[in-house]
Amino acid sequence: MTTANKTNEPATRQQRPWGPRLVILIPALWLTALFLGPFLIVLKISLSQTVIAQPPYTPVLDLAAGWQGIRDFVAGLSFGNYVLLASDSLYVTSYLRSLLIAATSTLILLLIGYPIAYGIARAPRRAQPILVAAIVLPFLTAFLIRIYAWVNILQREGLLNDVLLAIGLIREPLVWLSTDTAIYIGIVYSYLPFMVLPLYASLEKMNETLLEAATDLGCPWWKAFWLVTVPLSLPGIVAGALLCFIPIAGEFVIPDLLGGSGATMIGQTLWTEFFSNKDWPVASALAVVLLAVLLAPILIYQHLQIRELDKR
Amino acid sequence: MTDSLHGHRGRTFAPWKDCASHPLVRFDGVSKRFGDVPAVERLSLDIYEGEFFALLGPSGSGKSTLLRTLAGFEQPSEGRILLDGQNISHVPPHRRPVNMMFQSYALFPHLSVAGNIAFGLKQENLSKAEIGERVRDMLALVQLQDFDERKPGQLSGGQRQRVALARALVKRPRVLLLDEPLSALDRKLREETRFELIELQRRLGLTFIMVTHDQDEAMALSDRIGIMNEGRLVQVATPSEIYEQPSSRWVAGFVGDVNLIEGQLAETGPAGSMVECAAGGRLRVAQKVDVPPGTSLWLAVRPEKIEMVKEAAAAGENSFAGAVTDIGYLGDSSVFKVKLDNGLVLRAAAANRTRALEQPLRRGDRVCLRWPHDAGVLLVQ
Repeated sequence: MTTANKTNEPATRQQRPWGPRLVILIPALWLTALFLGPFLIVLKISLSQTVIAQPPYTPVLDLAAGWQGIRDFVAGLSFGNYVLLASDSLYVTSYLRSLLIAATSTLILLLIGYPIAYGIARAPRRAQPILVAAIVLPFLTAFLIRIYAWVNILQREGLLNDVLLAIGLIREPLVWLSTDTAIYIGIVYSYLPFMVLPLYASLEKMNETLLEAATDLGCPWWKAFWLVTVPLSLPGIVAGALLCFIPIAGEFVIPDLLGGSGATMIGQTLWTEFFSNKDWPVASALAVVLLAVLLAPILIYQHLQIRELDKR
Repeated sequence: MTDSLHGHRGRTFAPWKDCASHPLVRFDGVSKRFGDVPAVERLSLDIYEGEFFALLGPSGSGKSTLLRTLAGFEQPSEGRILLDGQNISHVPPHRRPVNMMFQSYALFPHLSVAGNIAFGLKQENLSKAEIGERVRDMLALVQLQDFDERKPGQLSGGQRQRVALARALVKRPRVLLLDEPLSALDRKLREETRFELIELQRRLGLTFIMVTHDQDEAMALSDRIGIMNEGRLVQVATPSEIYEQPSSRWVAGFVGDVNLIEGQLAETGPAGSMVECAAGGRLRVAQKVDVPPGTSLWLAVRPEKIEMVKEAAAAGENSFAGAVTDIGYLGDSSVFKVKLDNGLVLRAAAANRTRALEQPLRRGDRVCLRWPHDAGVLLVQ
């Protein structure tokens, strides 16, 4: 028995690292195949020029031409599209508008989502799963249908104006559809679960005795909330904000269906370049820049998380 | 023993015996109900300045609820709570000059040790310099000077306990409330910390009110113990009075180990009482009781006060023959279960004074149990 154990020992020691390696391998393969690969293709297209051909850009890597083919390919790449993006105010405005809308709606989402998440976290234990399910419930209806429903609600003869007229708040129907307000309504409505769920997750873990300790030490309840609950829910706030901010910045459907035809968000600009102008290289450059812009908050979040882990 | 002014902690401190002294804290007919469930019922209690008072009871006895009404986390359903003669029943917790050390410490995980201790002072709008100085003094008092930058998650259990203590003490409370202060520590550390806590309380001259379910803790720390059961105080007395003169069978059984022998009072007088044992035999007790002969009562005798001799020759009063049925070896002492010839089963404890690996007694050995007249206490309830 003892000898058998001894001979087994080195073998298990060698095998041990394979488990963790395999576990990391799966997401690594997934990300390489479905994110890194496609991203490199998009990056390459963004450095190309548009042509009327199939595919609609040049240069195309011709491996059959051997070494000369690769050299021609590299020589054909240029940063011209990026220069264009920086020089044309249409694109810059579009980016800034997207970031502004994303930031504003994330703030609104936080202000609405926090009380909801707090309320759920403080509800009786048995009621909490039901309330969480209620938050997720809208997902059972297709996203597009829900946005079209908002078109219906916000139009001139829509439900919102009917209600406001009926209770006498307004005399004349207001214009809701095709305004920025409509975009904000659509975004806040659609993204609320993404804000509430991470906030709930961090608030639910909170030890209520900490609030008692704060009041015991001389804090009125509102101050205890500000000094204890809010800082401790910071990871949830950051997670919720990122989960909302990043996709909102690239949002296409909501501004396209609810917004006006004037100023566009970057998703719409990209769509126009790609489908209307058939300019794949510029569309790709837009996508790459958007990714670079959105990488900043992700990196900040990662940095904060690592620091948080170090503390423990 | 009864008229001794010296507490078991060896100090002359018994303000509860002095009619002229005013209580610092007074619970005046306090009741607390949660819905229909009563947690505390019409409880009155006075606690004096400088006292270390322990509320001892089984879980669910209402002791924590009582402490929380004093902290302000619970509003009494009835009655008043007075502090320094002022009714504070409706003062919110953040305005009460009492501070609590929580059972699980409730340290703020996002603040450093110094930040935790400074938290309460920052609410008092003190100058930065004064806060810094008081935090430094407190860190020195609990010997955590080198840990001020650490987060609670980086501390050991004992260090966390000291931070919690410092955080409450730095506010200079009129009364410090301690909710199971040592229950989260392991045994060895708990015993060391007991002495630190007494030492600290004595040095600061503060009033401590502690809730505990650990009778050793209550005995070792407090000037007086209030025993609670089912929302009521069943006895308030010094630790030695509680142990030697329990007021009821319940208290005798709850605090320490006890043998209860049922009987009927045969006679009583200044010279003592004679009890007719229900199982047979007569017991002589040094105590005089105020009930007529014929009343049924119980004699409570602690196991360590029963002497056990090997010879089965039962002779004289309070002496019974029997056989050992079980032996519990506890290291420092052993507990013997003895079935008497009259059917009673009693426990006797003996200190293990020698290093004999073999117990001198075995199961089945014939023994004789006896105890002096003043070893037991007669309980009518």
